[in-house]
Amino acid sequence: MTTEHLDGNALAGPLGEIFAVDITAAVGRCASCGLTGPIAALRVYGPAPGLVARCPGCDEVVLRLVRGPGAAWLDLRGAVSLRLGLPD
Amino acid sequence: MRRLTWRPARLTGLREETDSARTLVFQVPDWPGHLAGQHVDVRLTADDGYSTQRSYSVAAPADGDTVELTVERVPDGEVSPYLTEIIEPGDQVEIRGPVGGWFVWRPESRSPVLLVGGGSGIVPLMAMIRAQAGSRVPFRLLYSLRDPSRRYYAEELRRHDAGLDVGYLYTRAVPDGWPRPAGRILLDDLAESGWPATFEPECYVCGPTGFVEAAADLLLALGHAPEHIRTERFGPTGG
Amino acid sequence: MSIISRGFRGRRREGDDRLPPGQYLVDDFPVLSAGPTPRIPLDRWEFAIDTEAEQTHRWSWAELMALPQETPTVDIHCVTKWSKLGTGWQGVSLDTLFENVETAVEYALVYSYGGYTTNLPLEDLLDGKAWIVHQFDGEELEPRHGGPARLLVPHLYLWKSAKWVRGIRLLEEDWPGFWETAGYHNYGDPWREQRYEGD
Repeated sequence: MTTEHLDGNALAGPLGEIFAVDITAAVGRCASCGLTGPIAALRVYGPAPGLVARCPGCDEVVLRLVRGPGAAWLDLRGAVSLRLGLPD
Repeated sequence: MRRLTWRPARLTGLREETDSARTLVFQVPDWPGHLAGQHVDVRLTADDGYSTQRSYSVAAPADGDTVELTVERVPDGEVSPYLTEIIEPGDQVEIRGPVGGWFVWRPESRSPVLLVGGGSGIVPLMAMIRAQAGSRVPFRLLYSLRDPSRRYYAEELRRHDAGLDVGYLYTRAVPDGWPRPAGRILLDDLAESGWPATFEPECYVCGPTGFVEAAADLLLALGHAPEHIRTERFGPTGG
Repeated sequence: MSIISRGFRGRRREGDDRLPPGQYLVDDFPVLSAGPTPRIPLDRWEFAIDTEAEQTHRWSWAELMALPQETPTVDIHCVTKWSKLGTGWQGVSLDTLFENVETAVEYALVYSYGGYTTNLPLEDLLDGKAWIVHQFDGEELEPRHGGPARLLVPHLYLWKSAKWVRGIRLLEEDWPGFWETAGYHNYGDPWREQRYEGD
């Protein structure tokens, strides 16, 4: 049973303050269940008190982002790794 | 490539789309350009320092420093009443972007395109339609909304080019003589107005969360592969 | 330096002398969440206190309802700056639940259905400072606000008042919870404006 949530497209702006490449197209593997998919497909709760992105398969937390005055906290423990497309 | 920061954006034009929605044309100096489907974050700051931000999809393809957004006035909203009723040409906001590299259509792509939009979910899809101009890629649009008075881009979609088929679906009230009774999106709507799964179209679904999930499930039921379906959910305020 | 948007005022944010610094009053009751709303049937609900000596004290829903009930009226303050004054709740005081709990440690980790956690010193749960509440404003606590039961610790920012509370683990050492490990302050006193780590 899910609450209203957004998807990982909503992370694009906040993560764009941190990363120079767009992360929403990056493909990640959930550290809990192994499901792979684009960041854009994560289920996103927030933005307050923080952005919490969960696996669309198992609902475990993949990524967390809190933006405070003068700082951001980013937790990526829920992703085994991210594959980012980059130019050669 | 670099990290994004807030840029000043000046309103230079506006167009009323419906009684409650408006397209805003901003000039953003040194805008790096954007792809159809991307969005921007808009930040407003009051003179006491209070600020808040919302995300809006870009409504038109890149064109120099111009960024066009279509905003729906949300009852009891905080930002949309300002953008649909108060802001005037010459006023400034801050824009950050463009963001979102997954829910995009690139003109180099060759597959047919199926666009499924609910309410204000039509906005990023319209950017894709406007980017299609001159391309040979065939597009089909299914636009779901409450009633005809809420249509954005009505004239432009009426005059569309041969490469675009437009289907409307009304959920609350229909015009006289309309063949389909009012109601939410169903399998038949997509079967009729969409591309068959065998054509392997790129599908883009955008709108409120409930609409997106219903439409995406129907596309899967029709045989479209999950990797060909891209979705963007707007919050209950419609973005 | 942000650009000011002419004519933008935002929601009318009433300050009030009774509010901690940086807070404003709201009329509604905003719902903030870190995940989907858990749904727990009452016949499976339980609340537990786990001590450092691995003793577990448990209460079923019926057992919780049979304990002495209190009806605290308190002010609540969310770290996102909204506050409500004089909110009415019904529940069981943590003092009642801790009556027969033997413990010598100082720290508590509160855990919820759905996986949420938050930490606080044990003394912040005792001496009339906290309740397990199941009614708000005279009605059953709605799931989106933490029902069937949530922790209520009004002297700290509301993220410490864990929704869908399931139990409290007593620990020798402090163990930062969900938001405390994501940049929020470890203690969270609204009167000292302890919102973020380092404040």
